[in-house]
Amino acid sequence: MSPQGDGAGSANAPKSMTIIVTKGSLDWAYPPFILGTTAAAMGVDVTMFFTFYGLPLLLKKLDLQVTPLGNPAMKMPMMGMHMVMPNIVGMIPGVDAVASKMMKNMIAKKGVASIEELREMAVDADVNMIACQMTMDLFEYKLEDMIGGIKLGGAATYMENALKSDINLYI
Amino acid sequence: MADQVLDAKGLNCPLPIIKTKKMLKDVPVGATLEVLATDPGSVADFAAFCRTTGNEMVEQSQDGAVYRFLIRRAA
Repeated sequence: MSPQGDGAGSANAPKSMTIIVTKGSLDWAYPPFILGTTAAAMGVDVTMFFTFYGLPLLLKKLDLQVTPLGNPAMKMPMMGMHMVMPNIVGMIPGVDAVASKMMKNMIAKKGVASIEELREMAVDADVNMIACQMTMDLFEYKLEDMIGGIKLGGAATYMENALKSDINLYI
Repeated sequence: MADQVLDAKGLNCPLPIIKTKKMLKDVPVGATLEVLATDPGSVADFAAFCRTTGNEMVEQSQDGAVYRFLIRRAA
């Protein structure tokens, strides 16, 4: 009855979703991986297309960073309140590293999955992960630098998937 | 009594759902999985998960900060 191989998925015909992943900072890496893994868990066929600054999210070794610079919405809980870092402070070398470390500590403390974990879950759930060939060439990445199980493709590969999908997101 | 139990306490979105889906694969059709979670968002999320996947939410309760969901695996 279920179209999914394991039988624990959708009760109806399988739905599908594509996500264009264009950003690779620690904060922006979350929405595509959270939605991709959750959709896969709900029986959706998921395609993720990694392009431009999203492409390095497929590198074997991740060292994701977040910057408070130019981000007035980044209010970090500190000393019982929420603090915004002034841009002039955010410009000081080393501040990004400190902010990234703080966010990773919060992530671990609050039981939020790491991007590495979510990515592994996406691979386990057979999410179709496509690395943008043009970005690979542009930023000089090699396939052997990337995790296994990904495919290479371009805009036409993405479009073929997008045209038959129920949901297409650009993040 | 549930056939299997998943302790998802302390985990945040989307881990309880993803771990549930993973464990449901090993639950026989018609058998039940009990999930324990502390994420307040899991109340809405497990209802949505069941509606979307066709698995049945047999029971749902709360004991202090712990939410309990009893899910029966659909075919």
